[in-house]
This record gives sequence, structure tokens and C-alpha cells, in this order.
Amino acid sequence: MQDSFDLTKLIFGRLSWDAIPFHEPILLATFAGVLVGGAALLGLITYFRLWGKLWHDWFTSIDHKKIGIMYMVLGIVMLLRGFADALMMRAQQALSFGENAGFLPPHHYDQVFTAHGVIMIFFVAMPLVTGLMNYVVPLQIGARDVAFPFLNNFSFWMTAMGAVLVMASLFVGEFARTGWLAYPPLSGILASPGVGVDYYIWALQVAGVGTLLSGVNLIVTIVKMRAPGMDLMKMPVFTWTSLCTNILIVVTFPILTATLAMLGMDRLFDTAFFTNDRGGNAMLYVNLIWIWGHPEVYILILPAFGIFSEVVSTFSGKRLFGYTSMVYATCVIMVLSYLVWLHHFFTMGSGASVNSFFGITTMIISIPTGAKIFNWLFTMYRGRIRFELPMMWTISFMLTFTIGGMTGVMLAIPAADFVLHNSLFLIAHFHNVIIGGVVFGLFAGINYWFPKAFGYKLDEFWGKVSFWLWSIGFWVAFTPPYILGFMGVTRRMSHFEDPELQWLFQISFVGTLMIAGGIGALLMQFFMTWKNRKALRDVTGDPWDGRTLEWSTSSPPPDYNFAFTPVVYDNDTFADMKKAGWKRPLADYVEIHMPKNTWAGFVISAIAMVIGFAIIWHMWLLTGLAFVALMVAIVVHTFNYKRDYYISAEEVTRTENERTKLLEAHV
Amino acid sequence: MSSQHHDHHGHHGDPLHGHTHGDAPGVHYSLKDYTTGFILAVILTVIPFWLVMGNVLDPSTTKYVILGFAGVQLIVHMVYFLHMNSKSEGGWNMMALLLTIVLLVIVLSGSIWVMHHMNANMMPGMGDAAAVTGHGNHDMQ
Amino acid sequence: MSNTNATFPSASGGAAAVREYHVREHHPEQGTLLGFWIYLMSDCLLFASLFAAYAVLGRNYAGGPSGAELFDLPLVAINTAFLLVSSITFGFAMIAAQAKKLGGTMLWLGITGLLGLCFLGLELYEFYHLIHEGAGPSRSGFLTAFFSLVGTHGLHVLFGIVWLVVLMFQLAKHGLGAENMRRLSCLSLFWHFLDVVWIFVFTFVYLMGVLP
Repeated sequence: MQDSFDLTKLIFGRLSWDAIPFHEPILLATFAGVLVGGAALLGLITYFRLWGKLWHDWFTSIDHKKIGIMYMVLGIVMLLRGFADALMMRAQQALSFGENAGFLPPHHYDQVFTAHGVIMIFFVAMPLVTGLMNYVVPLQIGARDVAFPFLNNFSFWMTAMGAVLVMASLFVGEFARTGWLAYPPLSGILASPGVGVDYYIWALQVAGVGTLLSGVNLIVTIVKMRAPGMDLMKMPVFTWTSLCTNILIVVTFPILTATLAMLGMDRLFDTAFFTNDRGGNAMLYVNLIWIWGHPEVYILILPAFGIFSEVVSTFSGKRLFGYTSMVYATCVIMVLSYLVWLHHFFTMGSGASVNSFFGITTMIISIPTGAKIFNWLFTMYRGRIRFELPMMWTISFMLTFTIGGMTGVMLAIPAADFVLHNSLFLIAHFHNVIIGGVVFGLFAGINYWFPKAFGYKLDEFWGKVSFWLWSIGFWVAFTPPYILGFMGVTRRMSHFEDPELQWLFQISFVGTLMIAGGIGALLMQFFMTWKNRKALRDVTGDPWDGRTLEWSTSSPPPDYNFAFTPVVYDNDTFADMKKAGWKRPLADYVEIHMPKNTWAGFVISAIAMVIGFAIIWHMWLLTGLAFVALMVAIVVHTFNYKRDYYISAEEVTRTENERTKLLEAHV
Repeated sequence: MSSQHHDHHGHHGDPLHGHTHGDAPGVHYSLKDYTTGFILAVILTVIPFWLVMGNVLDPSTTKYVILGFAGVQLIVHMVYFLHMNSKSEGGWNMMALLLTIVLLVIVLSGSIWVMHHMNANMMPGMGDAAAVTGHGNHDMQ
Repeated sequence: MSNTNATFPSASGGAAAVREYHVREHHPEQGTLLGFWIYLMSDCLLFASLFAAYAVLGRNYAGGPSGAELFDLPLVAINTAFLLVSSITFGFAMIAAQAKKLGGTMLWLGITGLLGLCFLGLELYEFYHLIHEGAGPSRSGFLTAFFSLVGTHGLHVLFGIVWLVVLMFQLAKHGLGAENMRRLSCLSLFWHFLDVVWIFVFTFVYLMGVLP
């Protein structure tokens, strides 16, 4: 009797039927929806016999292009989940005044805002940014893949598995109720004994490994694999910003890993890092997590700045103004981002000298960003501007982000921050810069590079619908929080008493609905694009009269990217080539050395996810077994020395000849 | 097994047995380097241990001296064991190391500075372990 | 590295200069060692976070024992010796590998692994002893920081030993070709890096820990 009880505990830990939220109607409805939708999707894949293709061509692919696309799919899917959370929050806040308690009880609301933040940062913004960098950078530098193709695949799957853990928390157990950064003591074992914070920790630890390795990968790619003649100062600006972003990733993510591990140890092993007793110090967590947290937001924005540089110069038909100062500004931002972190907790009591130092550094960091804006404007000046979608998003960014940046400088003044810290003003500020900067940048980048990845442009009508709904909707949604923040309203509240405030929340909700429309329009854009793909086809590979090397390949590029590695002489390499009357080589192809696909990335990541799940639920037997399996899988993978193959010259010839025929037919 | 990889182009390499294309000139491992490094490291380890275990100098001076010895031993390891120089990998190794050291200093000194002020302002009287252990006045800086 | 048959414009700046925009065969440089070095830099920052935690919490004895009361410096000296000697024995392994002597390489790798195991064994003994005395990681902020910093270093050594054993099998199977030399170089960097971290562990934690 005693034995079987212990065995159950050993196998199932604290997992029981209680973990399934049978009594939460919203979750049950969501689960039903997921079951139906998921079954439909799996059914379709089976019906069209796509499993083999999915596994062989996509899941095991080490091709940076395929991996880039998978990152984008992950990001967009998680955008829907993260936005659903946003809709729920805004609806709750528009309703819940006085007697009306809204529809989300506090313990649920708290999970919603936590999940919203975690998902948007880690599983929407990071994958989308990483996906674009992965897809574009090797093409821009004239390389055939990244430096470590297997690691690339592994990095993607670790990120995806982190997302799986977050999604699992919806239906098995609960998520953290601590906000997206999970400060102790609230996130400690005493105040949060449940599984929520553990889901948070392990989802981020798994995804974090993926991100860190991706950082190493892209740095080495950019340093080592540039085409001959491409000195550092001849790289496209997007590649420069990618380099700085990935350097930031490498030097920053270990701090997140260490800090979350410390929190995990406090929860699991009763250590005293951040406890109130026994000499722990909860403020240490806040300090360390923001040393990670501030560079993280620069990791998000720098690639967006790179996208804007490419878009502005392409759609102004001009070389980018002030290339050198752009590069230096990016590097300065990269270093300075490590010197401002305390502005996230001015109010925690470090005193005037510390606060002044960080207030000043925070203001200084806005200067190089300002320089970039001027450079873009000077690029546009006297250019022949084409208002295609990428350019439209860029203009909207300039107007939106700049204001957000200014409110940031306001918050940088410690005295002002004492009033505005953790108010809705802060919420409005960071959404202003993240949506205006990162999200608009990603939409610009998606519209810009989609034709390269798939061979046809995105539908313009629905793209414009999405653009206007987002651009206007954003301001309708986030101006009220600015006002409310000034009036003293605190963040993360699920209920209010003062009815005078309600109308502002209602306006904000309308704005959120507009953004929802924008997302719907985005999905319509994808759908209509696919439907009309023949009409939207671009066979030239260069639909925008691009200036950088990726536009010299076909759309989509062949597996090997370039039949012959290009030689570079100038910035805006492709523009330079076109001006010099460059012609595509038509013969004399050689065989090309390529890496092979592999199962190892998927399998190792899946096991890592199981380990995370097992630790969360204290399923120690499963943890031990899965850990052994992990070691075995890794060792078996290292015994594989046959990781590459050659594409024969004949096959290259065939591929290139097909393209030649296509180009001639459409001239 | 590996015969599939013996290719038809002379200058390619079989990664398993031969020399792969694109390899930069490797590091040269020498007995002299390792022995010199080892002897230096031993000296730089023994002295700090002796200083502390033997109570040779006053504690404050000792702290700075052993820190200095650690710094020097770091350089010894970097040069003699890790073969660090400004040329390896086109200077990127050195740059990565320098950036890491700068950020390390920022993280450590920043954290100590910030936390010291936090503790002093928000937990007055708790900052010194003196009240807690009676071991005298310790200062974490 | 790459064969660039580029013809550049003549010095007099002639008009129709012929530029080669393609290279027939291009072999990008091997990035493994740089990549591994960059990973090590990230690991440095991981340890930096743990050192920062130790710097902040290191005197929070919470009424419990301090470093002066707990640390056994002679034991730490022996452990330091194990690690330092293992660094040089790894060096001997690399010299043998460079000379393509598989037997010598395996011998010195084996000795290195054994010394690593001695280091870990002694450290485990130290931990067991401390926990047994009631000075475990949950006793105080100081002990939490101590166990996690020294323990993380120990975990790294453990992974290094596992890697070393696996690599010895792979050397036996595939010999000292380019791929294995690359792997040896990476492990060499890793092993020496662990010794570097240990310098700061014994200085900051143990030696400074016993000072008032």
C-alpha cells in the first residue's frame, strides 16, 4: 500500500487530475478550440501525406532559409496567443469598475498579463527577429549557410520547445502570476508554491539556450563567412546590426540563465538567494534580471533599425546617408545598453548618486538612436521615394517610435520616474517603442523579404488594411494609458473603483479591437497572397530594385544560395553590380559542398522539454530517465562524423538552367 | 565507411582523416610554453595561499595582493595555456576577451555598487555582518 | 583561403575595367574555434553572475558559520594542485596530438581525466562534510552563494570529464584527423578555462573568505 503510493509519487510527482482546469470555462473553451483546430491541422497533413515532407524537408533541415521561415511561423502563431491575452486584459479593464468584476478573476488575470509579456518578448519578438536574421544575413554576405548549421536547427527547436512549455501551462497546471520578470519574493516558493513559476523558469531556460547558441552562430557567420572583398565596412547595415545584436545576445543571455537558475534553486533546493530570511536579498534578483533585461530590448530593436536602413535606402533609390555613423551609432548603443539597467528600478532605493548616474547614461543612449533617425531622413531627402508597404511601415515607425523614445527620456529622469514608475504611462511607453519600433520593423521586414523567400509579393490591399489598422489602432489603444498613467493609475490592475476613468479604458479597448483587425488583415494578407500567388509572382528575384546581395539570387534562392560565391567591391554590393552591367553566370558550374539534414536538433530539444516538464511537476523518475536520454542523444550525435554531402555540378547546372529559362521567358 | 568522403578534387580534404579546406594555421603547442606557464602558475598560487594561511600581512593589504596575483595568473593562463594573442582568429579572440572583461567588470562593480547602496538605504543596520555574527567590521567592497 | 581572380581597374583609372564578380570555388574559414571561444566568453559571464551574487551575499552569515570557520585551506590547496597539474597534463596531451602520437595523447588525456575526478571527489567530500555540519546551501545567503558558485564550477568539470571520455572513444575510433584535432582543441580551451575560473574561485571565495 505504502509502496504503490510512493511509486505514484515517483512517477507523477505533483501532477494529478487537479492540474487540468476543468472548472475554468474560458480555458475549457480554448482547449476545445485547440483540440478541434489541432485535429483539423493534423488531419490535413495526414490526408495530404505531408508528414514525410515535413520531417525531411523542414524539421530536420539545417538550411538557414527553412529555419528562418520556421522561426517566422512560430512567431506569428505565438502572436495570436499573446494578442488573445492582450484582448482579454483590455476587455477586463474596460468592464471591471465598481460593482462589475469583469470576467477574469484576479488569479486568472495575473496569469494573463504574465503570459502576455513572456510570450510577446520571448516567443514572438525574439523568434521573428531571429528568423529574419537567420534568413537574410547569409544571403547578404554572400554565404551558403551559417557557420554551424546543425546548431542553427537545434537553436530553433529549443525555442519552439520553450513555447510548447508555455502553451502546456494553459491546459496542464497554471502559469506564473508574477509579471513577465517574476520578481521574488512573489516568485519564491513560499508565495508561489504552484507550478506556474516553474513553467516560466523552464520555458525560458530551454528557449534561452537556443537563443544563446544562435548568437554564437551568427557572430561566427558574419566574422568568418563573408564573401571575398566584403570588409566589415562594406557589409550591409542589416548585417552590422545583426552582428551587434548577436554580440549582445552572447554577453547577456548567460545572466538570464544564471539568475533564473538561482530562482529555481531557491524554489527547489530551499537556497537563500532571494529569500527574506537567512541572508537572502530579493533586490539582487531585480538587479541581475535587469542587467539582462535592458540589453534584451536592444537585442529586439537593433535588427529593426537594420531593417529600416535597408528599406529606406532601397525605397528612396539612394545609398544610405552616413553609413559610417550608422555603424558607430549601432556599436555605441550596443555598449551603452549595458550601462543603463538601473533605470528600471529607480524607486527601489539605491539613492541619489546611483540614480543620477543611471539617469544620465539612459539619456545619453538616446543620442545615437536620434542620429540614426536623422540619417534615415537625410537618406530620404532628394530621393525618389516609393511608398511600397515596407516604406509605409518605416514612416509609421518614425512617427510612432520617436514619440515613444521621448517618453522614455522623460522616464529617465529619476524624479519623474518616482511618479511614473509602474504606472500605465510606463506601459504606454514600452508598448510605444516595442510596437512602433520592433513590430512595425518586423512588418516592414516581412513585406520586404517575403518575395525573396517565396517568389511572390505579399498582397498589397490587405497589407495596407493591416497597416492602417495597426498604425491608427496603436494610438487609439495607447494614448489613454499615457493619460491614465499621468493621473496615477497603476499597471496590472484587474479592477478599478473610480468610474471617471472608465471611458479612457473603453477607448483603449476600441484601439485594441482595431489592432485585432490589423492582425486579422495580416492573416488575410497571407491567405490572399497564397491564393493569388501566380498573379503576384516575381521571377526576377529583385522585385524592389534592391541594393544588397540577397536580391541577386532567385526567389526563392536555391539550397546553395549562390552558384558562385560573389566578389565584393563596394557597399550596396548588388546596386554596384547592376550599375557595372553585371550578368548572371550561365555556365561552367562546379559541385557545391553542403551540410546534411539531421534528426538530432529536434530530438535533443524534445528531450530537453520533457526534462523541463518533469522538473516542473517534480516527476523525478522521468527527470532522471530523460536526462540520461539527453546525454545519450548528444553523445550519439557527436559520433556522427558524416555531416555533409556534395551537390553535383550537374544538379547545379540543372537548377541554374531552369532559372535562366524562367528569366528569358519573362523578359 | 570513409571512402565515400575521399573526393575527386585534390585540394578538398576529408574531414575525418585529412586536412579540411579553409583551416587557418593552427596553434603550436610547445613543451616550453606549458612548463613555463605551469611553474609561474604554481608560484602565483603558493604565495597567496601562504600569505593567507600564515597571516603574513594585514587583511586589507592581503586582499589587494592576492587579487593582484589572481590577475597576473589569469594572464599567465591566457598566454601560456590558452595561447591568447592579438593575432589569433584575426584579432577577434582578443576583442571578444576584452569586451567580456569590460562587461564582467561592469556587472561585478555595478552590482556591488548598486546593492551596497540598496542595502544601506533599504536595510539599514543589516549591511554589516558585525551585528549578526560579532566577527567585526567587514566590508564587501 | 579563397581564390579571387579579380582584375582591378588599371592605375590610370581606365574606363572599361573588367571586374570578376564571382569566385569559382570558395572555402570559408573554419569557425569552430572562434565559435567555441565566444561560447566560453558567454560562460564567463554566467560565472560573473554567480560571482556577483557571491559578492553581494558573501557576508550574509545569518547567524551561521562564516568562511573562516568552515574553509579547510589545505584541502583547497590540494584541489588547486589537482586542477593545475591536470592543466599541464592536458597540455602534454595536445603536444602528443600535434606530433600525431595517438598513444601518448590517450595516456595524457586519461591522466587528466583522473586528476579531474580527484578534484571532483575531494570537492564532493568537502561539500558532504559541510552539509553534515549543518552548513548546507540553504543555511544562509553566504552558503547558498558558495555552494552554487563552487558547485557550478564543479558541474562544468564533470561535463568536461564526460566530454573527455567520449572524445577518447572517438579518438580510438577515428584517430587524430582534422575533425578530432578540432574537438581536442575545443576541449583544451574548455579545460584551461575551468582552471582560470578556479583561480578566481580560490582567491575570492576561499582566500578572501577566511580573511576578516
